[in-house]
Amino acid sequence: MVNISKSFGDVKANDKISFSVKYGEIFALLGENGAGKSTLVNMLSGVYSPDIGEIYVHGQKLRLSSPADSIAAGIGMIHQHFKLIEVMTALENIAIGQEHSFILNKKNIRKKIDDICSKYGFKIDPEKLVRDMSVGEKQTVEILKVLYRGADILILDEPTAVLTPQESERLFDILIRMKEQGCSIILITHKLQEVMEISDRVCVLRHGRVIDTVNTKETTPMELTSMMVGKKVTLSIERPPVKSQEVVLEVRNLSLIDREGIKKLDDVSFKVYSGEILGIAGIAGSGQKELCESIQGIERRKRGEIIFKGENIARLTPRAIFEKGLRISFIPEDRLGMGLVPTMSIVDNVILKDYYMQNGIFLDRTVGEKRAEHIIKMLNVQTPDIYHPVNKLSGGNIQKILLGREIDSNPDFLVTAYPTRGLDIGSAHLIYDELNRQKEKGIGILYVGEDLNILLSLCDRIMVMFEGKIIGTVNAEDATKEEIGLMMLGEKATEVLQ
Amino acid sequence: MDASFFTAAVVAGTPLLYAILGEVITEKAGNLNLGVEGMMLIGAVVGFKVALITQNPWLSLGGAMIAGGIAALIYALLTVSLRANQVVTGLTLTIFGTGFSSFMGKNLMGEVVPDNIKLAFADFPLPLLSHIPVLGQVFFNQGILVYGGYIATILAGLYLYNTQIGLNLRAVGENTAAADAAGIKVSLYKYIHIIIGGVLCGLAGAYLSLVYIPSWQENVTAGRGWIAVALVIFCKWNPYRVLVGAFLFGGLDIIGFRLQKYSFYISQYLIDMLPYLVTIIILIVVSARKSISGLPPANLGDSYFREER
Repeated sequence: MVNISKSFGDVKANDKISFSVKYGEIFALLGENGAGKSTLVNMLSGVYSPDIGEIYVHGQKLRLSSPADSIAAGIGMIHQHFKLIEVMTALENIAIGQEHSFILNKKNIRKKIDDICSKYGFKIDPEKLVRDMSVGEKQTVEILKVLYRGADILILDEPTAVLTPQESERLFDILIRMKEQGCSIILITHKLQEVMEISDRVCVLRHGRVIDTVNTKETTPMELTSMMVGKKVTLSIERPPVKSQEVVLEVRNLSLIDREGIKKLDDVSFKVYSGEILGIAGIAGSGQKELCESIQGIERRKRGEIIFKGENIARLTPRAIFEKGLRISFIPEDRLGMGLVPTMSIVDNVILKDYYMQNGIFLDRTVGEKRAEHIIKMLNVQTPDIYHPVNKLSGGNIQKILLGREIDSNPDFLVTAYPTRGLDIGSAHLIYDELNRQKEKGIGILYVGEDLNILLSLCDRIMVMFEGKIIGTVNAEDATKEEIGLMMLGEKATEVLQ
Repeated sequence: MDASFFTAAVVAGTPLLYAILGEVITEKAGNLNLGVEGMMLIGAVVGFKVALITQNPWLSLGGAMIAGGIAALIYALLTVSLRANQVVTGLTLTIFGTGFSSFMGKNLMGEVVPDNIKLAFADFPLPLLSHIPVLGQVFFNQGILVYGGYIATILAGLYLYNTQIGLNLRAVGENTAAADAAGIKVSLYKYIHIIIGGVLCGLAGAYLSLVYIPSWQENVTAGRGWIAVALVIFCKWNPYRVLVGAFLFGGLDIIGFRLQKYSFYISQYLIDMLPYLVTIIILIVVSARKSISGLPPANLGDSYFREER
């Protein structure tokens, strides 16, 4: 790629980017969220067209104006959010997009899939519906789809974001095998460890520009980080000790069956102490969302007890809990869908929870204005003014507004689900610091996370969920990533703490 | 009830069959076209007019199909290329079609389909098959357009589930972004299948005015287009199930006439209401029982723009 530039409106997503990938190497593109990695590879895969710049594949200059062109050039993209059709089988998903035969010849397709599988060491059932697959299996289908079309340049966009450590290891084995077969692999990631582990060369992007391209062997994680962020950063997260042994919230035998009759929570019991961060780990969809929403009162179909400050709140609605003076704050994973109203201003979002307690028929915004200003100052939110619509802010600032509103109501308990998802390192650490500050004030915090490194360094205890059950609870100080990874796959830990 | 009731039910179900099939194919491409009623009316009036002018059965059918296709093309332009709201565009198309057929049909009131055209679409017992007891009388002693309906259904089923292009089409409706990333020409697929849907709706309308009635009357469809849209859900977007849905509702459509033979009294209005009432009940039952199979194409009704972030 030579001198590639691309703008969206006024934003320069990519500015004169050049790099080259050799045959049979793993090339990592490293950068924070918003550095322009995805935009860049989307141009390689034909989804976007570059404004300026040239792309050469196998020495030939190409114009990739649609995904079809890119596939024809032997470029295969494995998107971060899988582009699979849930109601179809693996085989059908792999066969999509071919047009050279009229009849759908499943026998031939299966034979070809089997050949690829044995060549690279995949295991897959071609007749299984994608809907019934685990994340790891879905990813295998995505990779097969690309190989089936004969791609020899593979692009993987944040492939390990949703995988357990074990699944990631398996993926890396496959990538190395593909590399040995002569494929070129472009790996997009913001995880330093992965870069160090399997890449041959690494290109660091920041604010849409190439900072440098270096050989992995000749660099260190510290050096890469400072290139990524642009300044020296400390990557450590503090963990103040837990002071009290007072239970804030206790969940007893909580079960939940959803509308389709599927058990989402299965006899869940645990305690959260004041001044403690209890982490929840688990594969996406193991019941974390349902648990959060049950505590908050949004989910109503549950059985069991939730004791908060001596009262069973399992039967109450969010507003009833609020009106009893019990303050549970909630930072949902879908921050713009459930946490905030995207098109409304910061002020309106801040007063969303208690505006109805005002007297009279007209809204008094002066309280909200004061609180909005307070939050902006407290968390250093970058915004033109307090009446700016929240969806026009960046991801980090949106999250700060939400966090600010929730802690501003002086809660006794805080539920957070993936609070730093999609945030750059700087904003993420600001959020961790704020959570620690709340913890020191004696608030009990439930932290649902996906990055095991963060969970291990931020939380006091980590509870692992699998298929709606609690597999076990470990002490974050002496647990390992591998141990938690195994538990996430449903294997009981040998020592279970209570 | 005798075999002749079922024979008549098949005849009454045929226009529904074409219309449902057309809408199934359209919706498989991810587009919800609520203009079925309008496209049927356009097909009905154009087919009838061409029949009077040319006295040729095939030209009249062709005219109706082209007219339906053009109406669908307008819808496709608006919803695919200009990304207009599909529901509103479809409703507008129905309103336009209703007006168009009233306007064009002003001077056609009381006109009758020419005899040679009636003859061309008259019952034509299939050799051998029509001699099967009961079934032969019901299904294989029919007009040529009824047979055409069977063939169209089977072809659509084979096309959707046994060809590579059919697989690609389903991919477009289920996950447009995935289909695009797989190199499928999404807009082309949408255009072609929306137009095929319109052609089938035009044919359904022509069947009503040329064969079923067969003279001109205002608003020949009488809401059948809407029933067809609802029956797509009943048929779970599966062409083979369209046969069941269409003929079942064909039976409901004519049950009123049949009941008049018997001595007990039910208000005519209640009986005329039957197909619509059953449609409502089916919609309620289907939406209350959310099963995993038989869900609509996941991206039904969504506009697609590749560079959207």
